[in-house]
Formats: sequence, C-alpha cells, structure tokens
Amino acid sequence: MPTLYIDDKPHTVGDGLNLLEACLSLGFNVPYFCWHPALGSVGACRQCAVKSFQNEQDKRGRIVMACMTAASEGTRISLDDPEVKSFRAGVIEWLMTSHPHDCPVCDEGGECHLQDMTVMCGHNYRDYRFPKRTHRNQNLGPFINHEMNRCIQCYRCVRYYRDYAGGRDFDAQGSNSRVYFGRHQDGALESEFSGNLVEVCPTGVFTDKTQKSHYTRRWDLQTAPSICVHCGAGCNITPGERYGTLRRIRNRYNGEVNGYFLCDRGRYGYEFVNGGHRARVAMRRAEPGSLVPTAKPLALPRIGSLLAGGARCIGIGSPRASLESNYALRKLVGAENFFAGVTAAHQSLTELTVHLLERGPAQTPSMREMAQADAVLVLGEDLTNTAPRIALALRQSVLNAPMKAAASMGIPDWNDGALRVVLQDQKGPFFIAAPDATRLDDIATETFRAAPDDIARLGFSVAHLLDPKAPEVPGLDENTRQLADRIAKTLAAAERPLVVSGPSLGSASVLSAAAAVANALSTETRRAGLSLTAPECNTLGAGLLGGGTLEEAERALSEGGAELVIILENDLYRRADHVFVDKLLGAAKQVILIDHTLNRTASHADYFLPAATFAEGDGTLVNSEGRGQRCIQVFMPTGDVQESWRWLRDLGAAAGKWPQTEWENIDVIVADIAAAFPMLKGVRDAAPLASFRIAGFKIPRQSHRYSGRTAMRAKMDVSEPGIPTDPDSPLTFSMEGFAGPAPASLASFFWAPGWNSVQSINKFQEEIGGALMGGDPGVRLIAPELEPGRAEYPGAIPEAFAPRPGKWMVVPMYHIHGSDEMSMLSAAVAERAPAPHIALSPEDAQLLGLGEGEMAELNIDGEILVLQVAVHAALPKGVAGLPAGLPGMEPVEIPAWGAVARRVGS
Amino acid sequence: MAEFNQQSDPDKRPLTAKVQPDGRPLSLKDCEKAGGYRAVRAMLGGMSPGDVTQRVKDSGLRGRGGAGFPTGSKWSFVPMGDNAPRPKYLVVNADEMEPGTFKDRLLLESDPHQLVEGVIIAAYAIQADIAYIFLRGEYVLAEERLKTALAELRAAGLVGKNILGSGCSLEVHLHTSAGRYICGEETALINALEGRRANPRSKPPFPQVCGLRGKPTIVNNVETLCNLPHILNNGADWFKGLSLTPNGGTKIYGASGKVRRPGLWELPMGTPAREILEEYAGGMRDGMKLRAIIPGGASTDFLLESQLDVPMDFDTVAQAGSRMGTGTMIVLDDQTCPVGMVHNLMRFFAHESCGWCTPCREGLPWVEKILAAMERGEGQPGDLEQLARHVTALGMGLTYCALAPGAMEPLGSGLKLFRDDFERHIRDKRCPWS
Ligand SMILES: Cc1cc2nc3c(=O)[nH]c(=O)nc-3n(C[C@H](O)[C@H](O)[C@H](O)COP(=O)(O)O)c2cc1C
Ligand code: SF4
Ligand code: SF4
Ligand code: SF4
Ligand code: FES
Repeated sequence: MPTLYIDDKPHTVGDGLNLLEACLSLGFNVPYFCWHPALGSVGACRQCAVKSFQNEQDKRGRIVMACMTAASEGTRISLDDPEVKSFRAGVIEWLMTSHPHDCPVCDEGGECHLQDMTVMCGHNYRDYRFPKRTHRNQNLGPFINHEMNRCIQCYRCVRYYRDYAGGRDFDAQGSNSRVYFGRHQDGALESEFSGNLVEVCPTGVFTDKTQKSHYTRRWDLQTAPSICVHCGAGCNITPGERYGTLRRIRNRYNGEVNGYFLCDRGRYGYEFVNGGHRARVAMRRAEPGSLVPTAKPLALPRIGSLLAGGARCIGIGSPRASLESNYALRKLVGAENFFAGVTAAHQSLTELTVHLLERGPAQTPSMREMAQADAVLVLGEDLTNTAPRIALALRQSVLNAPMKAAASMGIPDWNDGALRVVLQDQKGPFFIAAPDATRLDDIATETFRAAPDDIARLGFSVAHLLDPKAPEVPGLDENTRQLADRIAKTLAAAERPLVVSGPSLGSASVLSAAAAVANALSTETRRAGLSLTAPECNTLGAGLLGGGTLEEAERALSEGGAELVIILENDLYRRADHVFVDKLLGAAKQVILIDHTLNRTASHADYFLPAATFAEGDGTLVNSEGRGQRCIQVFMPTGDVQESWRWLRDLGAAAGKWPQTEWENIDVIVADIAAAFPMLKGVRDAAPLASFRIAGFKIPRQSHRYSGRTAMRAKMDVSEPGIPTDPDSPLTFSMEGFAGPAPASLASFFWAPGWNSVQSINKFQEEIGGALMGGDPGVRLIAPELEPGRAEYPGAIPEAFAPRPGKWMVVPMYHIHGSDEMSMLSAAVAERAPAPHIALSPEDAQLLGLGEGEMAELNIDGEILVLQVAVHAALPKGVAGLPAGLPGMEPVEIPAWGAVARRVGS
Repeated sequence: MAEFNQQSDPDKRPLTAKVQPDGRPLSLKDCEKAGGYRAVRAMLGGMSPGDVTQRVKDSGLRGRGGAGFPTGSKWSFVPMGDNAPRPKYLVVNADEMEPGTFKDRLLLESDPHQLVEGVIIAAYAIQADIAYIFLRGEYVLAEERLKTALAELRAAGLVGKNILGSGCSLEVHLHTSAGRYICGEETALINALEGRRANPRSKPPFPQVCGLRGKPTIVNNVETLCNLPHILNNGADWFKGLSLTPNGGTKIYGASGKVRRPGLWELPMGTPAREILEEYAGGMRDGMKLRAIIPGGASTDFLLESQLDVPMDFDTVAQAGSRMGTGTMIVLDDQTCPVGMVHNLMRFFAHESCGWCTPCREGLPWVEKILAAMERGEGQPGDLEQLARHVTALGMGLTYCALAPGAMEPLGSGLKLFRDDFERHIRDKRCPWS
C-alpha cells in the first residue's frame, strides 16, 4: 500500500496501480481519454498529464502521463500545478480543433466524456481559425451509427474491438491528423460485441443506431437497475425509458458479472418491449383463434370461478419468467400440478446442471473469475452464441499465463502498450471441443471437432487421466487419448483451471464429463472452476424450483383429468413440435396464458393476461453462476400490464385461495420463497427491502435534469399526475428523492458532478475496475457440498460416435442473433440473423451432391424440414447442424439421427 | 543528387575509400581485393562477441542515426549466452527520410558490401540470428545494389548458414519501406517490420531486450554500421585518431541549400561547419549571403552565421544550442524567407506525424496552418504566441516520441532568431520575399 503525495498531501493507495488509477480511486478528477479501466494504458492522448517531482526539494518537476507512471511509494505529484493544468487544457484545445462541436445534434450530448473533460480542463475559447478536417462516414450495420468527424483519435475503439474483443473487420487506417477508424468498406460490424463501441468511444463517433428512431437525451430517460433477459449469463443492464417506450439498453457495471461490457443481443434485443406483438389489456377468446379485449374486473372472476370449480388445474412455468412468477404459479396450482415448461430432455439437463453445481467440489465462477483463469477447457459449447458475454470474459483469460512472464520483466499489467509488445501472439492454454468451428477458435491452443458423444468421451478421458478414480473410457482412439493427455497435463499445471460446458448440445454426457474434469482437478489447494451455461435468463432459478416436464403436463391434461392450464410466459410452440403442442393445448378445456407478447401459443388461449416485461416489473433471476439478481421496474406500464406473479396473486384471490392482500409486494413473496425453498433464501439479499430509505428518502429513477415533468402529458391533461406508487422497491418514478449515491443494487443511474458519461462509474467503485462500493450486486445461491478430493463421477460414458450410412447426427447450432426468442423481435437483431439452413460438412455435402445454398430435405422421425444447405468446413463427417430457436423453423428434439436428401424437384 | 566530392586522403576517409568515381559499387571479388570482408574473416577467426563489443566501446563510436548513442553500450543491453531469448535480431535503419539528409544513400548505393560487412560484425557481437535492412522505399537504386550484393554474399557463403564454416549463421533480409518518415524511429520501424501500424512503441521494454517479435533487437543506422569493419581492422585508437574531437571517427557531412556545390564529404569528426561550407561546399552562390544553417537534418535548431566555427560533433554542437543530428546541413540564405523555410519543414512534419499522440497529430497541422497563413499574408496578432506555445507543449516527454520535439527545434529557434521576419509577415500582411 504505497503512500503518494498529491499536491503535498499524503494518500495511501492500492498496490500495482498507475497514477491515473490511483488518483481516480482516491476521488480526484484527472482527465483522460485513451486509458480505459478494462483496456489499460497506452499513453496516446496525453490528457492525463500531471507534474511529477523527484523529492520534496524538487520545485521544478516535470510533466509525466499519469496513466503511464506507476504509483510507487513516495511518488510526489501535483494535479494543480499551473503549467500542467495549462498543458491539459491545451490537449483539449487540440482535440477540439477539428471536432465539429455539434453537441446539440449529437446523440452523445449530455453523456459525453469529451464534454465532461472539456469542462474539467477549463478550455472554453477557440483560438483555432482554420478549416476542420472532415471524414466520410460508413454504414456499419443496424447497431452502430458512425460519425467520424467527432473522432478525437483516442484509439480506444480499435483497441477494444481488435485487442479486447478479437474483432478483425475494423481498424485504424491512414495516418497523421487524418487517421480514420472504421472498416475497410461499409458493412455490418462482424463482432458480437460491437455495441460496446458506443460506451468505449468517449465521444459521439459511435452511437446506438436503434436509439436513433426514438432518441431521448440521457437526462430525460427514466432508468432503474435491471438484468438482461436474453441468455443465462445475467449481465447487469440499465434500460432507459421515456413516454412509455424503452429507448435503449446500457451496460450496468457489475465487477463480478459483466464488468464494462455487454453483448449485442443484450444491448439491442430490447425492442420486444415496445413492439407490435405486445398486448397490454386482458383478452379472452371470442371465436377460435381470435382474442378480444376484456375488462380485467370481468376476466378475473371468470377465471377465478373456473379455478374454484374443482376441476384439476395445472400450471406450466417458464425459464424466462422470474423466480417469483414461477413460484406464484406453483403455489396457485400446487407442486404436483406444476410443470417447468420445457420438455423432458431439457428439464433433465437443467436438473443435471443444478445437481452438478450443487455437488461440486468444483466451484461455479463469476465472469470476473473466468477472465482470471489460466487454463481453460470448453466442452461442447459455442460460447459466443450461447453465453456471449462469457466468451468475451474467456477471451481475456489467455493473456494470464504469458502475463506472468511480462510481470517478471517489470511490465505492470496496466501498461497495455508494453504488454502487447512483450506478449506478441503468445496465448495461454485454451482448449475447445465442439462439433463445429466457434468464434473463440482464434485463441484456442487446440480444437477438437466431434459429435457430442465423442466430446463427452474426450472429457471423461481427461478426468480419468487427472484422477484414476474417474472411470476409464473404453476403446478410445489414439489421437483423442493423446489430446486428452495434453489437456490433462496443462490443466493440472494451472493455478486457476476452468472447465466451461453447458446443455446446448443436448447431451447429459457432455455435462457430466465437464463436471468430472473440473471435479478431478479440484484439490485441497486448488478448486477448479466449473461454469455451465444456462440457455435462458432464469433457467437456473426455475431449475431450483423443480417441476414436471411438458410431456407430463400433456399427460395430465389428456389422461390425468386436468381441465385447466395456466401457462406462464412461455410459447410452447418454441418448446416442442406443433403436433405435440396442439395436442397438449387441445386437451385443455381452458387455456390461460400470462405473457407479455402475443405468440403462437396465445392464439390458442381462452384468456390472455398481459404480463410485465423485465422493464415494467420487479422480479428475481438466477444466472448460470447461480447468482440471484433483482430486476427493478423501470417504468409504469399502461393498460392492465403487471408482473405475472401479481396476475397469479389476483387469480388466487379471485378463486378464493387467499385474500386479496396476499403478496402485497415483492418482499413478501420473496420471503415465502425463502421459507419454502431454503436453498433460495439468499434471494432476500438480492436487493434491499422496499421499505429501505436513505435519510428518509426514496431513490429517484429520473435524473435531476429530467425535463418536461409538467409538460410531457399536457396534451392529454394539464394537471400534473401524481407519482405512481412503487410497492416493490425503494425507488420512485420521480426526479425527487435522495440525491447522493444509492446502494449498488438500487442505483438507478451512475452520475457524479462533472461526470455525465458512463465513465462516472469510477466514482462508484471501491477501486478503479474493482467492486462497486458496498459490494457488487447479486447473491450467489449455490455453494458446492463436496470437499475437494471427494469427487464423485456419475454419468455413463457413451459409446464412440459411429456414423450411420444415410443418416446424420443432427446437432443444434446457436446464433447470438437468431436463437433467442425475444431479441428476434427487435428489427436490428433480426437483420443480423441467419436464414433457416442445415449445416453439412464439405464431404457430406459432396456425397449428397448438395452445394452451398441448394435445398435439402431433412427427415427426423418423420418430421420433414426443407432447408438451404450451408457448407461448414469444420463439421465432422456424419454430423449435421440445425439452427436452434430460429423463427420459422419447427422445433425438433435434437440431437437425433436424421436423413438428409436433395429436395425432390430441386 | 548532390555530388560526392573526394577531396582528402583515402586513409583518412575509410567510409568512402571504396567509392568509385562513377558511384558504382565494387563486385564482391573486387571489394574483397580492396580489403572488404577482411574484418569479418579476422573476427570469425579469433574474436569473441564480447571482444567485438569491447572494441566498439573502446572506439567511442556513437550512433550516426542522429541521437549519437554510444553503439557498444547499446549492444551490451542485449541478453547474451545460451539462455538468451532466440532468435535475436539486428535491424539496419536505412529509412533516411529526414529532410536534408542523404548520407546513407551514398553509402548504400556506392558500397553496399561495406554495410553488409558491418551488419555481419554487429550481428556477431550480439549473436543475432537474423538481420533486416529496412530501406527507404524510394531508394530503388540502393535496393537493386543491395540485392546484388546479398546474392553475391549468399553464393560466397558470407551470409546464410554457417558463414565461412565458422558455425555462425546469419540470414539477411532486405525490407523496403512502404514509406513514412516515422518508420525511421526505431520502435515504429519494428512495428512496421512486424506488419503493424508504424506507431512508436512505449519504452520500456527497450528493443535491446524486447524488440522485433518480442525478441532482443538492435537497430543501428547505416553509417554507424559502416564504421565497424574499419574499427575491427584498424583498432579503437586509430578510430579515435581520425577525429578532431573526443567523438571518434570520421563523419559524412553534407550541405544543401544555395551553396555552390551541395554535396557530401567524409571528414574528420569535429570539422567546423564553416570549413565544410566554405572549403567543401564552395561557399554561397553568387550574390547570396548565408544567414543560418540547420546543422543536422530538419529536426535540429538553427545556428546563425556567427556560430559556424563550431566543430561539428555530438557534444560541441549541443553546447552551441543545437544538435549535430545527421550532420547534413541545410543552409538558409538571405534571399529565402525563413518563415517559408520553417513552413516547408512543418508541412513535412505535420504530414509525417504518425497520428498516435494528440500534441503532434493536432499541434503540427495547426502550426503548419498558421505559418501558411502568414505566408499568404493572413497572419494575425497572437499567432507567434500560439507558435511559441506549441514549441513548449510539443517538448520532449510531452509527446509520445521524438518526432514532434524534433520538429519544434527549427520552429523554436527560428522564432527566436528570426523574430523580426515573423513579425513583419504579420505586420505587413504579406511575405516580404514574395
Ligand atoms: C522521427 C524519427 C525519425 C528517425 N529517422 C531515422 C532514420 O531515418 N534513420 C536512422 O538511422 N535513425 C532515425 N531515427 C533514429 C532512430 O530512432 C534510432 O535512434 C537510430 O536508428 C539508432 O541508430 P544508431 O544508434 O546507429 O544511431 C529517427 C528517430 C526519430 C524520432
Ligand atoms: S472513434 Fe471514438 S474511440 Fe475511436 S479513436 Fe475516435 S474518439 Fe476514440
Ligand atoms: S451475454 Fe447474455 S445476459 Fe449478457 S448481455 Fe448478452 S444476452 Fe444478455
Ligand atoms: S510524436 Fe506522437 S503522433 Fe508524432 S510521430 Fe511521435 S508518436 Fe506519432
Ligand atoms: S489517458 Fe494517459 S495518455 Fe491518454
């Protein structure tokens, strides 16, 4: 803990920081551009200049760059020295020479780091009188707007896009004052993480293109802390609303989870909240296939009397609904009538995931911990498409092993420029076993391409090599055995080994094999990490609640005498083929659907009750780490929209099951959950109680600059409406309330005087890039039961994959833009999605006489799909890939054997 | 091209001794007859790498790329021995894009073998496995002649595997630059060689330890390396004795501008500027008077006529308030506008800024535009203060590399020495020379 003297006053700071990090951690305002807490220092912009003195006697000093200078013991610096202040103002002046000063029409305005730094440095008069350089802008696709004239050449974008995110289709081009940041030609940015450019760029070069169609200044947005609902990674987000529409999603820093970055699905998938597929009033079926609005006070008693009528009612829950909503449904229908909303195949994988994480001894890591791993094995997941943000975290892990060498050369980890010189292309160990190429292959030490069973066999053999107590894999071929040997040796030598897998191949063997490796690696001195992806935002939460399968639900309706079914936030037509779902729904006398979006299932509903989306209600989601995280309502929805758990509460009350006062707010239902499921009791701590106040005040969702409060609704009603009540959180739908910092899990936005951009997060971290003050939000619910060294090795080892003549092993393939239900309702995301297709290896395509783009017929168990052929060079022979979850493709239960043929007549 | 004048005794001008009147290089055979590769043979026959480094240290040889860093000391930072990282690299800086500087061109075109012999010696001293000659793209004649020389050497077993059966190997590659001045800065050069953007690197790590592809690398100037065979052949004391001052050896001096005979001359280190200009360059053209010189390429401070008696070496020119730099002088006469001259230089530097750091990337174009405005008669009050502010703010340590501070040397000194001329441009709203 070195002591620094800043303008002659002593300050103690953390070890291993540079002067900029140290000063910012201490709360000083030092301006900067090129440094970024996740990207490190390169010393390009020269904005962070401070005066450094050799000792107390040195009165002259010399200007150094704070970001390039270690904060070592006894360092003496001045931030206020007139010479350095004038140099810093000069840097701004230079940056401004060609800046268009178009703040009033710039989407960044009001949350622009360049604006903030300009004000901070006191540059306010323009001496430069010559023409500005101008650039041509590019069309970078549906996500990002490009306005190059605003560029201040800080090089953050290119360092983020290429060095951090591994993108290749974007670079710095040209030189001198004409240096240009873009693609070689117009076209959509290929990176799955391109949206972060919007936050990485300190000015308005890259802005959110989706926000443009309903633009609102940052200070006019109503915001609240929330969680991304588009996969199981559980990234923290800040959605922003105005006039009842969600305007955008921003990253919300959580040191343990997503840090500074989101994926593009999470950032741009939000438009389903605003979309035309929403229904905001209760509806009932008028004639087959058509729903008509009905008054809530009419609908509730009708459904209530159905429920009270004595007929058996079942509930079908959902991995995309909150813990509270699933629990409320389970409580309403009873545990024996509660079904988890997925098919047996998926439910068993979720149960296995929960079981493996609960048993251990391997531990489920946070994303921060994943980024710190020094050897990684990915078994069966295409992470960039199944848990995108995790892929970005793992991309950083390969720097850890070579970074040890750099440290021995005296290069600190923040000195990115020097590190990249030392590291060159060295990468730490990273093994990927997957059926097809993945977007992390470029960092892989070795890749193994095989059918799911062979991937599992590789995993089991690694486990056996690590721990002889793990079963041996019979009949393993020599190549795989040698690979397993290399993997085992590398993982065993690591300090922080990590195994990442998941259910996406639909293979329990792969999951068990991954756990076996991680468990075999866990010793007294070293717990290995085991991260298992979760397909949906609350897969794990729903999994912890348990419940039957969809097949069982169908049987309960067709054979078990059940007459009513309540379906919770679930489009069953995405879960199983239409024949099965038609049968299930057809067997019910009454179908009650609670959802926010009118989907195919809705067209079979007798009653439709409009549910809140994540932005319109409160709820808890459990991510793949087992971290319970609270989504807090961002804005008041219109019509009858309310959280599903409130609809279920109302239904129960209407049926006379409980009083209308049941679950008066989220804290009560959370307490119920905690009592019923002891292992979930941690969720009580996911956020402070609704009664929490700071100095008697609630926490405002609107900034103190929120404009138009009295004018916004004037065209409807000149009197100012009252502030809606929020029973569920200490937040208020107002600009009034406690003006200081709120606890991290309640902070509706991060703002500090002089810091209007995303960079204001500096002011809310315990140390730059570290935990948020008071701890990062979320509660880890799962701790492994087993001690290291007591690993169990369940799961049968599958036979080696054997191709069958005329048949293909059809495996699911995931697409960040395409596989997720809700984000595909955003036009921008849909634009980036692939068309339905079947992926074949070049050999198989040739065998079948099929070329790229030609039409093929896939027959799985009599289910026939007609698809375009996509030839994938990396696919093994005998394995075919089918996009998962793409709209317009009938869901089929895969992996399964299927027959592929040229489409007759084509 | 300015002519090369052979004036002095060949023994006193080792670097140009083999230069033929027609400027054509000797074939390997003729070169060897004239003493070429004698030093390499002797070295491989009996000197250890440490011996070579020591000899070069003793000679006092200082880098001729402009900064004058002692060559032997620079080499001694390279990790040696069996545990040293491999491969190690020697890189020849033949980028020579400094305005007014054309000395390396002479050495490259007229005696490529001398350079390659120096390369073999330096590579041996640091035990480099691979050498690159990073050549300015426009030097097509040098490229052709180096290619011929390298082909001859490969055929003769003087480069490649197991040189002359010594067990030492050295691959020598010729790389022609895509053409930026910043590629002459050694770390930008390394980035360019790696196929990256030619931005300078942050130091540490220094290239000697972690350079090309992360491996130990020495970057030396062409002229520096050309001295090595002679130091090995004749010894450190002989080398020191060539010089008139403690900075040993000879130096290839040059002059451009309105002198009678612009050109290059190999002379004892420390020859006074006046002697070079009057005796070798033949003084000023008729009717012209010398006002000032920039002593060593564009990135050095002006020296006035009254300062011309300064001996041209690293230490003495520095005492006079400038730098010897590359030792190739640009002469300002009384019929040329000093503001126009500085403007011309600033246009070059602004164009050649690599674009990495703010002061240089944004400051130089501003400076250039102010000077252009003054030349057009559109100078304004406050312009000189703005220029002076840039001279301070683009100083050493404030920018990322030495390009911008170098650019400020002629501007800063010009502003001081030709204050009246600058002011007149603004006052009269026109360039007095136009
Ligand atoms: C902007 C800039 C341009 C340079 N250009 C050259 C060049 O063209 N040739 C050269 O030898 N050195 C050049 N240098 C100096 C090199 O960085 C380096 O110091 C030199 O090559 C070392 O060789 P030496 O020790 O033999 O002098 C340049 C330096 C800077 C800052
Ligand atoms: S585009 Fe933005 S991030 Fe990139 S260099 Fe310009 S200002 Fe920096
Ligand atoms: S990784 Fe998943 S949770 Fe994170 S932003 Fe992307 S879709 Fe959302
Ligand atoms: S001073 Fe800065 S911009 Fe100029 S060449 Fe050096 S690094 Fe590039
Ligand atoms: S932030 Fe330090 S130089 Fe850019």
